[in-house]
Amino acid sequence: MAELEVKELEAVVVRFSGDSGDGMQLAGNIFSTVSATVGNGISTFPDYPADIRAPHGSLTGVSGYQVHIGEGQVYTPGDKCDVLVAMNAAALKTQYRHAKPLATIIIDADSFGPADLKKAQFASDDYLGEMKINPDHVVACPITTMVKDCLQDSGMDNKAILKCRNMFALGLVCWLFNREISLVEQFLHEKFAKKPAVAEANISVVKAGYNYGANTHASVPATYRIESKHKVPGRYMDITGNKATAYGLMAAAERAGLKLYLGSYPITPATDILHELAKHKSMGVITMQAEDELAACSSAIGAAFAGALAATSTSGPGICLKSEAMNLAVIDELPLVIIDVQRGGPSTGLPTKSEQTDLLQVLYGRNGESPMPVIAATSPTDCFDAAFMACKIALEHLTPVVLLTDAFIANGSAAWKLPKLDELPEIHPHRVLENQKFKYSPYRRDPESLVRYWAVPGQEGYTHILGGLEKDGETGTISTDPENHHLMDNLRFGKVARIHVPDLEVEGDADDADLLIVGFGSTYGHLHAAMAELRRRGHKVALAQLKYINPLPANTAEVLTRYKKVVVAEQNLGQLAALLRIRINGFTPYQLDRVKGQPLRTHRIATIFENIILDKIHANGDTFTSRIV
Amino acid sequence: MNYTVNDYKKGQPRWCPGCGDHSFLASLQKAMAELGVPPYQTAVISGIGCSSRLPYYVNTYAMQTIHGRAAAIATGVKVANPELTVWQVSGDGDGLAIGGNHFIHAMRRNVDINIILLNNRIYGLTKGQYSPTSPRGFVSKSSPYGTVEDPFRPAELCFGARGHFFARAVATDSTGTVHILKAAAQHKGATVCEILQNCVIFNNGAHEPIYTREGRERNAIYVEHGKPLVFGEQKQYGLVQEGFGLKVVEIGKDGYTLDDILVHDAHCQDNTLQLKLAMMDNEHGFPVALGVIRDVEAPTYDEAIYAQIEEVKAAKPYHCFEELLETNDIWEVK
Repeated sequence: MAELEVKELEAVVVRFSGDSGDGMQLAGNIFSTVSATVGNGISTFPDYPADIRAPHGSLTGVSGYQVHIGEGQVYTPGDKCDVLVAMNAAALKTQYRHAKPLATIIIDADSFGPADLKKAQFASDDYLGEMKINPDHVVACPITTMVKDCLQDSGMDNKAILKCRNMFALGLVCWLFNREISLVEQFLHEKFAKKPAVAEANISVVKAGYNYGANTHASVPATYRIESKHKVPGRYMDITGNKATAYGLMAAAERAGLKLYLGSYPITPATDILHELAKHKSMGVITMQAEDELAACSSAIGAAFAGALAATSTSGPGICLKSEAMNLAVIDELPLVIIDVQRGGPSTGLPTKSEQTDLLQVLYGRNGESPMPVIAATSPTDCFDAAFMACKIALEHLTPVVLLTDAFIANGSAAWKLPKLDELPEIHPHRVLENQKFKYSPYRRDPESLVRYWAVPGQEGYTHILGGLEKDGETGTISTDPENHHLMDNLRFGKVARIHVPDLEVEGDADDADLLIVGFGSTYGHLHAAMAELRRRGHKVALAQLKYINPLPANTAEVLTRYKKVVVAEQNLGQLAALLRIRINGFTPYQLDRVKGQPLRTHRIATIFENIILDKIHANGDTFTSRIV
Repeated sequence: MNYTVNDYKKGQPRWCPGCGDHSFLASLQKAMAELGVPPYQTAVISGIGCSSRLPYYVNTYAMQTIHGRAAAIATGVKVANPELTVWQVSGDGDGLAIGGNHFIHAMRRNVDINIILLNNRIYGLTKGQYSPTSPRGFVSKSSPYGTVEDPFRPAELCFGARGHFFARAVATDSTGTVHILKAAAQHKGATVCEILQNCVIFNNGAHEPIYTREGRERNAIYVEHGKPLVFGEQKQYGLVQEGFGLKVVEIGKDGYTLDDILVHDAHCQDNTLQLKLAMMDNEHGFPVALGVIRDVEAPTYDEAIYAQIEEVKAAKPYHCFEELLETNDIWEVK
């Protein structure tokens, strides 16, 4: 047997793929957790189909889980993978396009029979030839057979045995990356704490996979070692964006000393926020699964009126339905956090895929002048900070606030350094003052911040009415007076405009960049990686990622007009660029607009940015602006 | 502390003269004073429509919200602070058309809110369109040749949504209205009080046969738990069960005595006869039932939420954010 080379890599991307029921998410999740445990940076991206259980072995039923691990921080789940695990023919057929040309492909050779190939729409049994895959890069392992052999004395039935195939693949990948099997064992013992027999079966299959790799060297030219560098000491856990959002709400409620209320209606890809919060009744969290999106938002408004920290979670189609109620929260000036986990649209669109196409909807999609703060989280872990800050702004400025995340960061995960509650910013709800007792008027405001004072039912001396009708700014009674309405619109607008948000930071070659990349929210990782790649190629490039969209940071115009060339890159057809053009006189950026439902491809966008720098960009021609690239 | 009607009064109502909303508002304020719940512990929530202006005229915590959503908003208020007495004021359009979904789900959940359904069988604020309770053939601005659809009967919807409390009164009948409002407030769980109401401008004569005291003596029956179901100027008529239905009989005629008359049971779990009472109408030779028709105890949503929280608190070891963090798989980087 030839001597095996151990390659030292800075970063590597592994993609696990198989049938929806093959447990690929679990295998990927264990691998990322184990890698994070040894101090690697991680970023994950589950790519799952909209069907719950598509026909077994079919092309539409393939589910993927991509893990990016690196010696330092990694910003994205990676473009293309170095290792692709394909548990059946359909997975190979649909997922190979996510693999690098020299990637190692691990397949379950037992799942490439004539029927499997037919279901995956291969024309012949030369599936590698059809896909133009070099057989030297393929580890064709009879996984099903070996798992059956491994568990033949376990007393498990055939169906249960086959469920462990994912663990064999995991074991093989662990060998490939020199991962300690003991960490996997520990994970499985914890996961199946109540079913020790299942834990043991899974562990023995993981070991079988690992040993298979070690004994055969699995016909691969190299195994990999990812060292851990730039470690920030501390205690960590793996967290998805949706879970981090839920945690942010709970942390804010505790910091503000308020009851947390979530009104929600199931919708992909936001439902995990409801699931997560529903679990934590022992923290006093109230979750109400409403009869529809309208009731979800409306009940949250009722809860806010009654003095709770109220939130409602949904995706774009749900925002359409909540809009009327969101507007009530605007005119009532009640604190409310509206979480929009964006997905592909319009209409039902691509429920499990990711876009940033709700930006203008949440900013402007309501009748009347309806200003609302908008925050866009930049990564799975940033969902925690963004949710926390959304609550803080809502409570301190008595306004509904939209938190934008999307399917990509909501389902993706990363290692998260555990925060200390008392190190998070303080939250001071803008409560009514004692000296207003018995002379309270709900729409008198602090003259500086323009924020009204919050009195809640149960407090004696502050009875009042809030309503959807325009009110007199002094007395709170219904008013159709033209001057008053003009004033009230301006006050509501001014209140939001006066919210202080952090300045826009510039990363990279802040002083002398030839190109400034501008994005918002979840594209941060990819844009940061693209910037890094361009700087490695010798270009001067900077990145300014907007997290606070309304109000914009005070220095936004100054930053965006400081550079020779600016490209606004986003996953929609130019919504942020349009907004910035409205806000900044004469601002005409290049635009990179992609709405494919998939994360941006770092390498590809870096090349486009390079062409902008080198003036090699060709006008699109078929759009109203020639600067769309 | 004792409260008087004046403690619940505010502003100058701007409904049309003769509108049933005026008398209903006075009855509600009277009921509130008699219940003695402090104004600051009371929340009145409405949607959109003539009757939904009512919260502007009560000196409590109040919200006048958006069309149809009052039940959902009231649910949030009650769940967030179960100490409050929550009233929801809706019309037939607000509550049963645009807000129909929230109405049935509030009933199903049995959240402890008191839903007032002011039924004048017309859209008044938008100046006279038929509503979901307008009778088939009803001529209005939006149905110049008469409607070709059947109306909802609020009681039927309430019972169909597994409601546990239903009562009915005529807006101009203060005694009857105050009585059912107090009963509703004292009932734990979702209640519906259907208030039959005239619209002098767009549907004058709605509920005419029972709108006056004299009319009610002839054409209505006041039902009371544990009392025989009798009506008429001399209480000479009564209801008996016959076959699958009810029948009006004259006491002393055809061999019927007072002992044959059905005794009202508002607390009966089985709602069959209560529904039959609620569905009686003059068109079919029956009196219209007024008073508390159904009043059955059942677990409430808001209490159940807090009971579950206490249960889980006792069972799970983490109760604050930092304890929550510790429930995860954590690793340390040194």
